[in-house]
Amino acid sequence: MSETTLRTPAPVLSPAERQWQRHTPGQRLLRFAVWLVIAVAVVQSMRYIEIIPEFLYDAPEQMSDMLARMWPIDWAYFASDVQAGLIETLHIATLGTLLAIVLAIPFGLLVAPNLTRHRGLNLFARIVLVASRSVNSLVWALLFLAIFGPGPLAGTLAIAFRSIGFVGKMAGETIEQMPRGPIEALQASGASKFSEIWYGYWPQLKPAFMSIVLLRWDINVRESAVLGIVGAGGVGMVLDTALNLFQWPRVATVLVSIFAIVIVTEVAVTQIRKRVL
Amino acid sequence: MSHAIEIQGLVKEYKPGHPILKGIDLKFGDAGLVAIIGPSGTGKSTLIRCINRLVDPSRGAIWFESGGRRVNLAELRGRALRESRRHIGMVFQEYNLVERLSVMENLLCGRLGYVNAWTAWRRNFAKEDVAHAFELLDTVGLGNFANQRADALSGGQRQRVGIARALMQRPRLLLADEPTSSLDPKTSFEIISLLKEQGRAQQIPVIVNIHDVELAKRYADRIIGMSGGHVVYDGNAENLSDDFLKQIYGGEDWLA
Amino acid sequence: MSATTPSSPARASLAFRPQLTTRIVIWLILAYAVYAATQLGFSWERFSSGLGNGAKFLARMFPPDVSKGDILWGGIKETLQIAVLASLFGILFSLPIGLMGARNLMPAWISWPARAFVSVCRSLHPVIVAILFVKAVGFGALAGVLALIVASIGFIGKLFAEAIEEISIKQVEAIRATGASFMNVILFGVLPQVLSRFVGFSTYQLDSNLRNSTMVGIVGAGGVGGVLFSAFQRFDYDFVLTILLTIITIIVVGELLANSVKKVFNV
Repeated sequence: MSETTLRTPAPVLSPAERQWQRHTPGQRLLRFAVWLVIAVAVVQSMRYIEIIPEFLYDAPEQMSDMLARMWPIDWAYFASDVQAGLIETLHIATLGTLLAIVLAIPFGLLVAPNLTRHRGLNLFARIVLVASRSVNSLVWALLFLAIFGPGPLAGTLAIAFRSIGFVGKMAGETIEQMPRGPIEALQASGASKFSEIWYGYWPQLKPAFMSIVLLRWDINVRESAVLGIVGAGGVGMVLDTALNLFQWPRVATVLVSIFAIVIVTEVAVTQIRKRVL
Repeated sequence: MSHAIEIQGLVKEYKPGHPILKGIDLKFGDAGLVAIIGPSGTGKSTLIRCINRLVDPSRGAIWFESGGRRVNLAELRGRALRESRRHIGMVFQEYNLVERLSVMENLLCGRLGYVNAWTAWRRNFAKEDVAHAFELLDTVGLGNFANQRADALSGGQRQRVGIARALMQRPRLLLADEPTSSLDPKTSFEIISLLKEQGRAQQIPVIVNIHDVELAKRYADRIIGMSGGHVVYDGNAENLSDDFLKQIYGGEDWLA
Repeated sequence: MSATTPSSPARASLAFRPQLTTRIVIWLILAYAVYAATQLGFSWERFSSGLGNGAKFLARMFPPDVSKGDILWGGIKETLQIAVLASLFGILFSLPIGLMGARNLMPAWISWPARAFVSVCRSLHPVIVAILFVKAVGFGALAGVLALIVASIGFIGKLFAEAIEEISIKQVEAIRATGASFMNVILFGVLPQVLSRFVGFSTYQLDSNLRNSTMVGIVGAGGVGGVLFSAFQRFDYDFVLTILLTIITIIVVGELLANSVKKVFNV
């Protein structure tokens, strides 16, 4: 050993304490319980789900067969039917989003407890927003198809009603987290409720709101493309026709076009964000 | 004693035609603290990182002697490189602890070169390793901190954990890349003296990259001065005169 | 009115200039809305007759029909199974695929294809993917599970890769310096930094899969969507209401469960 005096500090923990466990027993029990529940759920699902094994084994072959039939892509179809469908889809998405903004604002205002003091109104608005979010746009479309008949009107309303929950919830959360200062200043000066909202909440809400709306519009373009499957307008109807007639090259055209328009929308949103936000 | 590390003709170019290290020849063997000093950008950090291949040398050889075997670190790859790295411990300027893990888990990282992924995932480390970890915690003065999350510690405490992690590897050589640059003066002294002490205790060379010349003179057994990518001084602290320092760093005012 | 002296016209116009662009934009948007509405063939007659229908419709929905419990339960069970399996396999596959897409850890010839694959999975709407799988592997839950696995990979894979790209590489460097194998570097250097976000994405996707699995049945990919669709086609609107209420309840419960799971794994 060396000559320098070496500090050998006395051990701080006794040998009994020198066991190392990553989690406390309580934590371990809880984690085990969660894993157990997950395992049970998975096992139950796998046992009872009605999947015919032959179909599962066949799947890769069937998939490649289908993909093979899609080639070559029928570009001519684009000019004839797909383009009009895409434009209709864009209209549905945009109108639906605009309508949703108008309808969502009151609920967004009602659900924020710092803006609306009435507990009952908060709860009511929350229920409306949750219900709107939990029902898919496709299901909303079925509902509106039953009321208004086939066509883009049902699609637009479906998009609008689904988006109310999204926009309203996010707006409500943003309002909830706002600093109280400017609001209190307005209240102290005796401003009306409307002024409080317009001059106090709205300026702070604006950037977040625009961001939310852009995001929802992006999602809505994707969703609108699909509503036509059930007859609610847009390029989905073109897809549905091609599928039913087993015209795979045309199906491919529509799919590629949908893919393209989704990308274009994403790029547009990114650009708008850069410039405005 | 044979040399743990023998560097021959080490050259490193980050940009072709502009070498940072312009041919380094050095030998490291004796237990104790070696301090490398020099101005910023002169390649101190590059030199240290070439040894454990966090940076790849452009030319030259780095012979590493460990367990009776001698390998050229500059040429190793894959599994062989990992095996050699097990025997080289490293302490970093910014501690580089895994913040979200506890102190004990950070220490056990030192054993990761020896266990497989399944064992590591289940944290099923050997009892001897855990006992060794506790000993090291006592040695660095953090006996009670085993279950604290790493990001709850102060800078000096984190560096101690970093040192303990490196020592967990039972290394043949300890490297330290500016271990005190992020610490206050008092803590810096403590860390450097801890490094020197452990070097003596484990009988291994400790190569430290440092820019505080006073600290180097006070604690280092050997000082290597670098300037412009070359070694310009290799000796002990007493002989490090102001002339040498001027040669290394340039300028006069700071010496006065 | 204000008691201050009115400012000069130049200053006044400066004060209101930004408002002018906003106003123009708003008018443009309104003009577009009117244009689009006409393009889509909206007319007041349609709308008001629709409203009349709507009232009748709502009347037929109340009270909800609770008699068809087993059909409903069969659909819900299948929906839950699809959601569970799709989430499990989606999460499992997203781990390696997301890791491969991390440009700070992987060379370009691995990360690029991985990201491209994730992009494709993401761009197609789950319903479209479900339709394709139905055509390929037949009606039933298998198509639904496969479709939602694709959707999960698209979501989790992308976010996971991005989370990995944001980690502090210094911690990874330190683990590499100990001689740890690649997997150990991932386990101790990368995962602790991204695990909490990964659990966040996964629970979000579980919730999303639950929502989507109620829908893929409409195109024949299994789950309660099929039950819903046939109820619509038979004009069984009071059953429709029951189904909708059940779906909403399940989704709300799912959200609450996901939140508590997150707490248990302390993220």
